[in-house]
Amino acid sequence: MEQSRPDIVESLARLTLFADLTQAQLESIAHRFDEEVFAEGQRILRTGLSGGGLYLIIDGEALIRINGQVRARFGPGEFFGEIGVLLGEPPNADVEAATFLRCLEIPGAEVEPFLVEFPRVMYRMLQSEARRLRTTTEWKT
Amino acid sequence: MEDVERPFPPGHYDVVVVGSGPGGLQTSHCLSQLGVDHAVISQDEAPGGMFRRFPIFERLISWTKPDAPVERGSREYEWYDHNSLLGDPGTGALTPEFMDRSFDVPSRAEMEAALVAFTERAGVQVRYGCRWSGTRQDGDAFALETDHGEYRCRFAVFAIGVTQPWTPPIRGSELATHYVGTRPASNYRDKRVVIIGKRNSAFEVGNGLLPWARELVLVSPRPVQLELLPHSPLRLRYLQPYEEYVRGGAGTYVVNAAIQQIERADGGLRVVAEGTTWPGRLEFDADEVILATGFEAPLGDLRELGVATVLNDRIPALSPFFESLSAPGLFFAGNITAGSRGIRKHGVGPNSTSVNGFRYNARVLAEHLAERLGIERPRPRLERDDLVPFLLRELSRAPELWIQKTFLGRVVSVSEDGLRDEGIVPLEHFLDAGGGDAVCAAVEMNPRTAIYPALYVRRGGRITEHELPWHPVHAFEGHQYAQDVEAILAPLLRS
Repeated sequence: MEQSRPDIVESLARLTLFADLTQAQLESIAHRFDEEVFAEGQRILRTGLSGGGLYLIIDGEALIRINGQVRARFGPGEFFGEIGVLLGEPPNADVEAATFLRCLEIPGAEVEPFLVEFPRVMYRMLQSEARRLRTTTEWKT
Repeated sequence: MEDVERPFPPGHYDVVVVGSGPGGLQTSHCLSQLGVDHAVISQDEAPGGMFRRFPIFERLISWTKPDAPVERGSREYEWYDHNSLLGDPGTGALTPEFMDRSFDVPSRAEMEAALVAFTERAGVQVRYGCRWSGTRQDGDAFALETDHGEYRCRFAVFAIGVTQPWTPPIRGSELATHYVGTRPASNYRDKRVVIIGKRNSAFEVGNGLLPWARELVLVSPRPVQLELLPHSPLRLRYLQPYEEYVRGGAGTYVVNAAIQQIERADGGLRVVAEGTTWPGRLEFDADEVILATGFEAPLGDLRELGVATVLNDRIPALSPFFESLSAPGLFFAGNITAGSRGIRKHGVGPNSTSVNGFRYNARVLAEHLAERLGIERPRPRLERDDLVPFLLRELSRAPELWIQKTFLGRVVSVSEDGLRDEGIVPLEHFLDAGGGDAVCAAVEMNPRTAIYPALYVRRGGRITEHELPWHPVHAFEGHQYAQDVEAILAPLLRS
């Protein structure tokens, strides 16, 4: 019965962001950071409120809302919260769960040591950011 | 015939509380104070819950200071006494009464005695020896099956502890003993012991075995993060094995490695592990392997009713009012309330795994249930001139705010009707549920572990955050703080 229940390490192993990591490294991440769960509609990050972290989506979808308007939607393997953490500023958007949502949370102060320790994760995050930037640029032109 | 003498026979109640540990007892007491019709059932034969058996080495980790600068039994004293349940005069602050003061923390037996005394003196009734075995939803109601018959209720509160041994999927784990099976320390005399885990229970056992074991290895994937200890449930008092290791002491090792398997070897056991903060693989030969890998909530059939879980499927995921995020009407109390994660500002979570925190969660839960059942609680009026001193006093001394940092706040609403003290409220609820103009005072901790006061102002539906400076002795009632708070509140009070 135990084995049919979801295991966080297995869930992390499925994420593209962690595709280059060993089993031991995945276990280390699963032990170091907490899994967080949100009900549909529950807020995760709030406009103007400091102290947020980086969230990696394991299951479900999150939506980004600016002044009440939905601007983006993220699914499994994607992440949010990185802009506020990297710039040291409170978010300029609300992020809420669009469905039942399961994430790994890396508290803001631990993001830099985490990325430095796992440069392959940082590289894959940069690739994601580049894709987002390209989408934004295409949208504007 | 026995049933006539026992409280709470099977039947219908507004609320049924399952469990007679500190979470169940505190919830029942708070529900009674609010006049909520409820029953309490427990499979145990006496109050105390996990403290009837744990911790194994008999010493708690949270402090109680029998003598303090404030009167024992006062609200402010709760900040000095992290182990007593909240009661009325004569029923609160009972733990120091039972402490022999050989340590600044109570022993397990002292804690158990205090819980028994609370039950007697506060008149908490429990139907003991009544085992919950199944749950059914029937429209808006729940039916709880027990070996005494069926209990029906509108809301069920499970205060069943996080007490079921949890073992990660490690090959060969059946060869090891879980923490709950740890024997008296003398049984480990001259043995090589590998402890899997580096949280409280691992270090508790490690500390307990230091005088007896020949060799001791604590191993788990996660390093001990000394810089995060103030946020961590790991208590410094247990860190002696770590201290020996970092100073190069012989025979004690604290290793960061993922366990690949446990196997039989050379008449004993062997733990095979792969480094997580160093490359390579190690094998540890051992006479005994102890899995200090923690516990999960004994949820029975609640997952089948849709209760979603968090923290590797160990505890239910809960709302700010400790209701299942996915199965409305099912509530939780006690250390399971750690499933309500709060806003986790700066990564700081509540102290809900221990009595000091979950006793306040129980009161918040009871007030919420009372409201859902149509029982209004008093919202005392505040005078304008009293507002700033009131908030500063709360920020300086309210035990709820200090223990449940960034999780519980004191709320004052502002309307044409005047100012109203809305009591202690989950901060997440204040931030996200909307509502009229109001201010919420909370105590927070930043990543440098400085503790500071914060105000959240809701005006015209918009929330603004105001973090005030920290103070070296947490004296937040001075002139400068008063001026700052006046300035923050001025727009709210003008509108």
